[in-house]
Amino acid sequence: MDLIAEGIAKALALLTSFDPEVLGITLLSLKVSGTATLLSLLVGITSGTLLALAEFPGKRLLMSLVNTGMGLPPVVVGLFVTIFLWRNGPLGFLGILYTPTAMILAQGIIATPIVTGITLASVQNLPANLKLQILALGATRPQLVWILIKEARLPLLAGVMAGFGGVISEVGASIMVGGNIKGYSRVLTTATVMETSRGNFDVAIALSLILLLLCFVINYLLTRIQQRERPR
Amino acid sequence: MKRIFSALLFCAALVLLLAGVMGSSAARAETRDLILATTTSTQDSGLLDELIPLFEKSSGYFVKTIAVGSGQAMAMGTKGEADVLLVHSPAAEEKFMAADSGVHRQLVMHNDFVIVGPPNDPAGIRGETSATAAFKKIAGAGALFLSRGDNSGTHAKEKGVWKATGLTPDGQSWYQQTGLGMGQTLNVAAEKKGYTLADRGTYLALQKTLGLEILVEGDPLLLNVYHVIEVNPGKWPKVNTPGARAFAAFMVAAPTQEIIRSFGVAKFGSPLFFPDAGKPEPSGK
Amino acid sequence: MTTAPLLEARNLSVVRGGAEVLSIPDFTVAGNEVLSLIGPNGAGKSTLLLALARLLPLSAGEIRCRGESVMANRHLVPYRRRLAMVFQEPLLFDATVYDNVASGLKIRGLGRDELRRRVGEALELLQMTHLAERSARKLSGGEAQRTSLARAFAIRPELIFLDEPFSALDPPTRRTLTDDLERVLKATGTAAILATHDQMDALRLSDRMAVMHRGKILQSGPPVEVFNRPGTELVASLVGMENVLAGTVLDSREGLLTLALGEHRIAVPGRGAPGETVRFCIRPEHITLTSFDPAGGTSARNVLPATITAIAPMGIYQKLQIDCGFPLIVFLTQQSLGELHLAPQRTTFASFKATAVHLLRSGPDCHSTPKDD
Repeated sequence: MDLIAEGIAKALALLTSFDPEVLGITLLSLKVSGTATLLSLLVGITSGTLLALAEFPGKRLLMSLVNTGMGLPPVVVGLFVTIFLWRNGPLGFLGILYTPTAMILAQGIIATPIVTGITLASVQNLPANLKLQILALGATRPQLVWILIKEARLPLLAGVMAGFGGVISEVGASIMVGGNIKGYSRVLTTATVMETSRGNFDVAIALSLILLLLCFVINYLLTRIQQRERPR
Repeated sequence: MKRIFSALLFCAALVLLLAGVMGSSAARAETRDLILATTTSTQDSGLLDELIPLFEKSSGYFVKTIAVGSGQAMAMGTKGEADVLLVHSPAAEEKFMAADSGVHRQLVMHNDFVIVGPPNDPAGIRGETSATAAFKKIAGAGALFLSRGDNSGTHAKEKGVWKATGLTPDGQSWYQQTGLGMGQTLNVAAEKKGYTLADRGTYLALQKTLGLEILVEGDPLLLNVYHVIEVNPGKWPKVNTPGARAFAAFMVAAPTQEIIRSFGVAKFGSPLFFPDAGKPEPSGK
Repeated sequence: MTTAPLLEARNLSVVRGGAEVLSIPDFTVAGNEVLSLIGPNGAGKSTLLLALARLLPLSAGEIRCRGESVMANRHLVPYRRRLAMVFQEPLLFDATVYDNVASGLKIRGLGRDELRRRVGEALELLQMTHLAERSARKLSGGEAQRTSLARAFAIRPELIFLDEPFSALDPPTRRTLTDDLERVLKATGTAAILATHDQMDALRLSDRMAVMHRGKILQSGPPVEVFNRPGTELVASLVGMENVLAGTVLDSREGLLTLALGEHRIAVPGRGAPGETVRFCIRPEHITLTSFDPAGGTSARNVLPATITAIAPMGIYQKLQIDCGFPLIVFLTQQSLGELHLAPQRTTFASFKATAVHLLRSGPDCHSTPKDD
């Protein structure tokens, strides 16, 4: 019990004193996971909508693959991204292993199937004739996709939440492709793991509390937006 | 259909482009980047947090410290994925050198391994001076022993000791492998009230929260020696040779050695590492 | 102006799951025509509309708009931009009424001022300017379908497809919207194809009617003709038992029209100009038969001598065909039939109140000012 009390006290001290290292770690977490989520939205919403609209053989298989991908284990992603980004690996010329960019890439890969899957479900839940109505209004294919995305925006917010929540709390891939380098690629989760193994449970608890707080604030804001849009 | 495919292609291209833009900026800075693959013990003890900023300041290199086990660190070196190694697994290091994977292996420092366990010491090894004798007692008593099991330097050392006892603990119910770093393995041992082999530095750093005691120490077999090795640029042209050389030189330089000597004294009352640069190779691996 | 018709389809075929669900050898819509498709659910009305709007892959056939083929992929969007479509569900976007009405125009990339003007016009046309800023989520069913109509008319389509637009609404709302649709179609002179299973709508709104069954058109022609002279038993059963008639206005005063129907005079509530041809219908259950001339003994204004031509049982009713110079269908209960001692070839008197007569829209020649194409 002492440990928890001490941890919370230390956490509050770190939070209230705006410890520059903790602040830096927090900001990096936000930056990396935020960018990764944005990227995954770009790719996931587009491909999810296209997948929902298109009819082709193998569509069901692809949909199951996307749904499987929604539970893609971060360490698996971490491993493959690492292998690809190795200096002597296929994408070694990029020279981005052990950088925040690599973490964004890995987290983006983790979040994309989540966003794609939720987009797919949201667009498929729209009225069946809506697509025909939009086409009958004279829409081109890109206009159709854009209007459908706009119509599915509320359930898509759930995709944003799920994607962001998934990557900001993810540790396996981040530590593998980012390397947990101090002041450079150390994020809340990897720092928590390291401080735990260093026996600095108080700092680890402080970092965890910040992580929880962050997740809460972001989900609270998104929920607020979603509630406001809902009628009555 | 055609349009959908072109749209998908467009998205893929966009992502690659983005990655490329971010990547190329990183690539430009690459020659200033130095990948140091090292053991968890150097990072978990906090020593690197002290040394790396000094090196970065004096050399202008940006050090990416990847803290893994010694085994993985050397595997990275073998594949040319690291520039310089700071490791503590002498037998494996010699193989690494023999395979021409590294150049310039230099002695940096040592500390020692200690056998730690719960204060009530169910196997009765306290005060034992021989590590092999202590291991035999643990095995004889069937007392819980936590192994790193991760091919780290510590794990290699532990396997060396078991080999010396002539026993094979693998598969025994009292012998459990954590697959975790030193700090976490110590936490597990503390939680399960088991024995484990730990480097003194990490143990001291964690001592206050563990409730584990040093039961056996001082056996020459338990010496824990750290070497710095530059990865062979002849094999991997992408290796940052000047950076690796600069880092190795920094580690064995007199001011650095002085910092190593005094590191941890203020916090733990005794040093965690003993500088060895320029000394002859110790025996007893 | 004998240019090509607005819409022509040849040998249309839609195959789904190995079965041909639509087979239309020949189909034409003129530039200012309102055509209704009637038939039971599953008759292929919606499929035909979607096929004609090129919203459905065709297995075979060709569609031409004003003589030009619209079959190639590059024709799709330009062709659809000449049309509008209203479905049974309003299918509104999650936005204000204004934005919904503007959506088709935005898709066409209209400038801001032009857009505002056209949306304003459409809102006014559908008498819903006051709802402009309301969220589509907060509309009643009728308001929502009205918005859908405004959205369709805002783009000034050459041809509007209406797929059972009011069938999900309650009867009073349906009536108001049907009135408004009739008014707007007339005011704008827009050609329309209306799929419906409501024969009254078809009668009121259309110049021509096509009866569909199992993906085929069984009969098409002016509604009065289709109703009164169904070519087959199947068509007769599909168009129901309404008595649809056409007459000439002799006199119009105090909201009551006197119509000439052959040698008979019929009183009907409504307004019109003398000489005008109007259509009306009488529901078979609203006609009473008596074996003697009731003359002053009834409140019914219209009394016609008739001969019974056929009697057939139909559920709880007996269906009688009578001839009063024109055919009429009458439903009687078994009991009344027995009390009246009615039998084929017997003479009888058919009477019905003026209010039992539903005036349909005026004849096609009333508003058929040719559109300039």
